[in-house]
Amino acid sequence: MIKALKSVFRFYYEGFREMKLGKTLWLIILVKLFIMFIVLKIFFFPDFLGTRFKTEAEKADFVGNQLIDRNTNP
Amino acid sequence: METLDPSLVDWSRAQFALTAIYHWLFVPLTLGLGVIVSVMETYYYKTGDEEWKRIAKFWMKLFGINFAVGIATGIILEFEFGTNWSNYSWFVGDIFGAPLAIEGIMAFFLESTFIAVMFFGWNKVSKKFHLAATWLTVIGATISALWILVANAWMQFPDGMHFNPDTVRNEMASFWAVLFSPVAMSKFTHTVTSSWIVGSAFVITISAWFLLKKRELQLAKRSIKIAAVFGLLGTLLAAYTGDSSAYQVAQKQPMKLAAMEGLYQGQNKAGLIAVGLLNPSKKSYDDGVNPFVFNIKVPGLLSLMANRNINSFVPGVNDLIDGGYPKVSKSGEPGIALSAEQKMEKGTLAVLALKDYKLARKAGNDSLAKVNQAKLEENFPYFGYGYIKDKKELVPNVPLTFYTFHVMVIIGMYFILFFILIWWMNNKNTLHSQKWVLWLSLLGLPLAYICSECGWIVAEVGRQPWVIQDIMPANMAVSQISAGSVQTTFILFAVLFTVLLISELSIMIKQIRKGPEGLN
Repeated sequence: MIKALKSVFRFYYEGFREMKLGKTLWLIILVKLFIMFIVLKIFFFPDFLGTRFKTEAEKADFVGNQLIDRNTNP
Repeated sequence: METLDPSLVDWSRAQFALTAIYHWLFVPLTLGLGVIVSVMETYYYKTGDEEWKRIAKFWMKLFGINFAVGIATGIILEFEFGTNWSNYSWFVGDIFGAPLAIEGIMAFFLESTFIAVMFFGWNKVSKKFHLAATWLTVIGATISALWILVANAWMQFPDGMHFNPDTVRNEMASFWAVLFSPVAMSKFTHTVTSSWIVGSAFVITISAWFLLKKRELQLAKRSIKIAAVFGLLGTLLAAYTGDSSAYQVAQKQPMKLAAMEGLYQGQNKAGLIAVGLLNPSKKSYDDGVNPFVFNIKVPGLLSLMANRNINSFVPGVNDLIDGGYPKVSKSGEPGIALSAEQKMEKGTLAVLALKDYKLARKAGNDSLAKVNQAKLEENFPYFGYGYIKDKKELVPNVPLTFYTFHVMVIIGMYFILFFILIWWMNNKNTLHSQKWVLWLSLLGLPLAYICSECGWIVAEVGRQPWVIQDIMPANMAVSQISAGSVQTTFILFAVLFTVLLISELSIMIKQIRKGPEGLN
């Protein structure tokens, strides 16, 4: 088991170490993920319902009221 | 009644469209190029010819660049669901969540596990294992697409669910009805096969560039050999599945079909427009202005496509608004189509029943709650019509839907001839000397992308105003946030996507110029 894990580790370690173009691509991926999850998600894309209500019942109540209030012919 | 800033809906839609269009630059190339790379590696496995390995590795590198830059661009769509479309996200519940979760857990892990073997595994694992990893990466990517397309298809044809008025959510009643909905199946097959065209056009465009530069001749010719056959297969299958898709649209979203064809007055033995120019003076479906400046039709073909009967009636925009034409119901019973006003009345009844249900529940009056629940269920298929102010809102943007549909079809037809020509010339070994064909081939990739993006514009613009067909329009789905914040993130995305696209293109072009490792 440990031998298998070691060989898997070595496979990935050597794979990453021998990368040339891959290093640039990984840099792009990491910068992109940082911008998406740390900048955009936290500062620009909060969970609209999650940040306003604590329970599922409160969220259901809010959306239910929205559906009723937005009806064009009340 | 709550008032919404109309620009909020427009900006939210524009932002979603921008993100989806950008995301769709990467997905079809992954799906198409992935299969081509796998076929090339299969040739290497079968023949042991090192040239095939070199060819497969070259295209695999380009596949990797596209995969890396495209990865996680779809996540932004999920951010938008939670922030801009929170009513929608809550309302769809696990119907939408389940396919996305399966996509994340199953397909994405399959894809990401085997892609490591695909790139790190040359000379480290056996040829057979490496080939299996390459195929499994592509199969994983295709299964990923399946789940996303199942979720999208449910929005076009909501089925297999039950609306729970207590949780205000749609709950899945039948997983299999959602997965095997005819719309999901035709959408999946059409999308995947059309992605094969993008992959093939990519390979042919770059190979043609090599031939023009008189470089990598063997690589280019062998690559074209695979891509031309695969592209032709993809185009023929996309035409076949496109016909199934159009049939499903005719049955489930007849307004979209009417917009695709610029059909205002329904007809028996309706003709399919081969080419046409819409009349820009036509501003509304009921203004009496002739919708076309000119058109050339194939008689009866639209009726055949829509109902599998050349003499059948295809309703136009006016018929769909006015109702009153003979129509077969979902359960297969003959009846008369409802007018937009009748549907709007039913929608309002459904929304009021939800309101009265909630009041009855709050008051502890269970019998009254049951009565209102029954009324809600009876009218729920028209729930979204309760949010339509003017029946004109029910007509999508006809020029955009019409032109994108016809551009898609014309380019699709062109590709059948193009792939046959390229395959034939390559087989005769004359392609490299035919400069005009090589220059024409350089247009292959941009045309394939235009065709693919047009398909999505038809699918999404043609179903407006619905986010979920007949049940939820866009103005009910959006969150009550400021339009300014959506504008800000729209601009941020436009900048981010442009930078990412430039970086991808520059890396890709650099690698193409370098060619396969070790030759020069």
